[in-house]
Amino acid sequence: MAQKIRVLVAKPGLDGHDRGAKVIAAALRDAGMEVIYTGLHQTPEMVVEAALQEDVDVIGLSILSGAHMTVFPRVMSLLNEKGLDNVLLTGGGIIPQKDMDALERMGVGKLFGPGTPTTEIIEYIRSSVAH
Amino acid sequence: MSKSVGASCKPKGMRLKIESKRKERQFNTISGEPVKDIYTPKDVGELDYDRDLGQPGKFPYTRGVYDTMYRGQLWTMRQFSGFASAKESNERYHYLLNHGQTGLSVAFDMPTIMGYDSDHPRSQGEVGRCGVAISSLADMEVLFDGIPLDKVSTSMTINGPAAMLWAFYICVGEKQGVPSRELRGTIQNDILKEYIAQKSWIFPPQPSMRIITDIMAYAADHVPKWNTISISGYHIREAGSTAAQELAFTLADGFAYVEAGMAAGMDVDVFAPRLSFFFNSHLDFFEEIAKYRAARRIWAKRMKEKYKAKDPRSLLMRFHTQTAGCSLTAQQPENNIVRTAFEALAAVLGGTQSLHTNSMDETHALPSAKAAKIALRTQQIIAYESGAANTIDPLAGSYFVESLTNKLEAQAEEYFEKIEALGGVVKAIEKGFFQREIANAAYRYQKNIEESKQIIVGVNDFVEGDESIDIPILSIDSEIEEEQVKRVKKLKSERDNGAVKATLEELRRAAESTDNVIPCILNATRAYATLGEICDVLRGVFGLYREPPIF
Amino acid sequence: MDSRNLKSGKSKELVSKLLEGDRLAAARLISIIEDDSVESSDIVREIFPHTGRAYRIGVTGPPGVGKSTLVDRLTVTLRGEGVTVGIIAVDPTSPFSGGALLGDRVRMTDIGMDDGVFIRSMATRGNLGGLAKTTSDVADVFDAFGKDVILFETVGVGQSELDIVEAADTTVVVLVPESGDSVQAMKAGLMEIADIFVVNKADREGADNAVREIEVILDMTSDQEGWTVPVLKTVAHEGDGVDALRRIIDQHYRYLASKEKLAEKRRKRVRAATVGIVQEKLHSRVWNDPRIEEFLKKRVDEITTGNGTPHSAAEEILHMVGFYNHSECMKGEQ
Repeated sequence: MAQKIRVLVAKPGLDGHDRGAKVIAAALRDAGMEVIYTGLHQTPEMVVEAALQEDVDVIGLSILSGAHMTVFPRVMSLLNEKGLDNVLLTGGGIIPQKDMDALERMGVGKLFGPGTPTTEIIEYIRSSVAH
Repeated sequence: MSKSVGASCKPKGMRLKIESKRKERQFNTISGEPVKDIYTPKDVGELDYDRDLGQPGKFPYTRGVYDTMYRGQLWTMRQFSGFASAKESNERYHYLLNHGQTGLSVAFDMPTIMGYDSDHPRSQGEVGRCGVAISSLADMEVLFDGIPLDKVSTSMTINGPAAMLWAFYICVGEKQGVPSRELRGTIQNDILKEYIAQKSWIFPPQPSMRIITDIMAYAADHVPKWNTISISGYHIREAGSTAAQELAFTLADGFAYVEAGMAAGMDVDVFAPRLSFFFNSHLDFFEEIAKYRAARRIWAKRMKEKYKAKDPRSLLMRFHTQTAGCSLTAQQPENNIVRTAFEALAAVLGGTQSLHTNSMDETHALPSAKAAKIALRTQQIIAYESGAANTIDPLAGSYFVESLTNKLEAQAEEYFEKIEALGGVVKAIEKGFFQREIANAAYRYQKNIEESKQIIVGVNDFVEGDESIDIPILSIDSEIEEEQVKRVKKLKSERDNGAVKATLEELRRAAESTDNVIPCILNATRAYATLGEICDVLRGVFGLYREPPIF
Repeated sequence: MDSRNLKSGKSKELVSKLLEGDRLAAARLISIIEDDSVESSDIVREIFPHTGRAYRIGVTGPPGVGKSTLVDRLTVTLRGEGVTVGIIAVDPTSPFSGGALLGDRVRMTDIGMDDGVFIRSMATRGNLGGLAKTTSDVADVFDAFGKDVILFETVGVGQSELDIVEAADTTVVVLVPESGDSVQAMKAGLMEIADIFVVNKADREGADNAVREIEVILDMTSDQEGWTVPVLKTVAHEGDGVDALRRIIDQHYRYLASKEKLAEKRRKRVRAATVGIVQEKLHSRVWNDPRIEEFLKKRVDEITTGNGTPHSAAEEILHMVGFYNHSECMKGEQ
């Protein structure tokens, strides 16, 4: 059987706007991926532990509360600490371009703003995981 | 949802001629309801003017809740704002009031919304990010510094800890010498839609409903000009619902609060006049106008016929409107000014009592001062230049609008029956009914966009190659968090901690009994107990809500 | 991704790391087994000698009855006793896209950070019996990893989730008070497989009625010698009744152990696993052969226009893959 792309979709932080996370989760499922959805209010520690147990290829975080400059670097360093440095960390939300650029320089993958077609995200994940 | 053919066959990246595209297209509202090519008297055959529409200010209020509407008084231009620390937000409020805004609307940060102090570990990285950080009365005093609370009306978007922030506000009034009877404003305090859509809850539904009825009872006696609940469809729509779902679920929530108040032993006319509503204004112009008209009619009819309200004020659906944040695009953000203008116009033609217009940059960050000003100017242009406010309910009698109004009402009634069959709103929440309906609608909407059945300018058509954004973006200084954390820690060490402990203990006892908790929350506030401390006491008594997983 | 394409030498190393208690190794091994990669059977073979210690509990029942919450709370109870737990939560794979949405962790946030717990979500990947084809092998990984108890949560579509009986030592069937009306209808699927019944959300109306109805039907259908299937009430989200469930599971364990039924169950499991492997190998031997699909396509066209029969075509296919040729068959199996 072919390897399935496994993706953890999580909502870290305190905000509860899960429309984007759920739409993405459903779209990735419909693109043939296995999506582990962990729900709201996840701490970076919870996200990374779930990623480890589920042996995912990709972590997608949805952040609309403005906490991205705290959450992404923290998840990044925990991934490195636990030996999960090959997991692609991506995500989306309301994130100013200059913050996206700064996070990409830290090693975070591409981040997507509101209105991004899900096909673009699917394409990005497929091509990143294939490499 | 009807099946669409043709449009999805469009080769990727290729623009067909508009004419041929229009022939293939199915014409639907943005909610997916089919629209006919023309509407005639046959579509509104049964319409009876006095029974179904009535004069403005007369039952069933379809045409508006007041007899003079905007000729008497324009809607309140109420821009929702708040960010960083109380001090920065206070400066923004002064700025907005000086530019002609007529009411304040406070946005809180996520820790405040979830009932955590700024120095709580879970608050890290979120302090002052998407609203203002308020951890105690001390912060609230700074937020309203120099703003006389007897002169402004203030709306606070707060739900889980609504009772606490309301108490902070009442105590600021006390400090200013403004008695609580004089205070005007709104707390959102609509916990049902939190479980349904917005997901910012603290306690489980039952104790949450009890706090809400405590607030309604306390307001009736002590803060009579306050709107105790703003029953909100806004977030239901933002979470991806259709217009009919927004209408139906919001009104169902409203009726659930009415029933809770009556079950708590209050006369319906004691609290119902203080209930207000909060709707979204999305892109589909006529569907939105019809939604507001249907909402007024359904509310008035049910309040009168089912709940036997006698006071005419109990029958009036007064509502605030905010243009749809979810309709804004990150691409070509200047276009958002235009979207917002149409949405705002729909709200005005639908008879809103107050209005927030979104800023063009909100898909990137909190609004910059300039973007916020343009949003306010949009309302002023509608009010003073467009002529839209010159006459009342100008679209009444339009075959299309009346037919849509009837249809939305019928769809809402269908949902009410389904909710009833599930055992009411709280049971339906526990069964995940609303959550599932909304998640499905959101996914359908997204698919329609991706299959180009729904065109969004700059997203799936009229896309520009170079997408560089050249509007200013507000950035929040990360030192704000450090300073705010210091402030809270300082307060905790300097206040009379004996008094804090005693008032919190008193609150715990009230929460465990059936006594009204509001007087105890006020006492704790006066002693400068923090938001987190007060919420912790109640978390201990009531427990925490856990959401059923729904896809 | 590199880490998932393991050289076979690497899998041995992973197994020894697993036995040392390395969580990352456990996670990777599960993926290899799930993906049914070439190393998969080597790994299962390496691991098998280290299994047989864990007690396996299945939790099944229709959708929305609170299986995840019950698993979560049962785990909290077990952890209170110092028992370590591996959880395998299974959700369905979409037959259209091959993708899956695995949402059971949402209910397990409290135990997600506990070192003594390991949760793994699995998609059925086309299997119909309520578990994935490789679920039992994944359970073996947890067993070898040293987990004391393994909890399976089945898909929960209601019927024909019979895989769990073979995978678990004790099968708990969960219902809610509202299920009472449909117990008759579900009888065929669920009554026989339950060692323990739970009526969850028992704070709702009709709980006692549901318990009585289940008991009546059990009187008629149950034939477990020496074990009367108990019907318990729980309110899992409040934690009510979970300790009692824990005690009953223990009683069932002792019953199985005393009657030699535990050994019998395990014999059945080994048998089922062996049969499964044979079936799978035969299946893949036929359908992984690129010639077959082409041949079949041609024959189907011919048969539908009046030439030949499905039986004759099948015989030809079996000849093609060497079904009737002993030596060629063995060669094909490495």
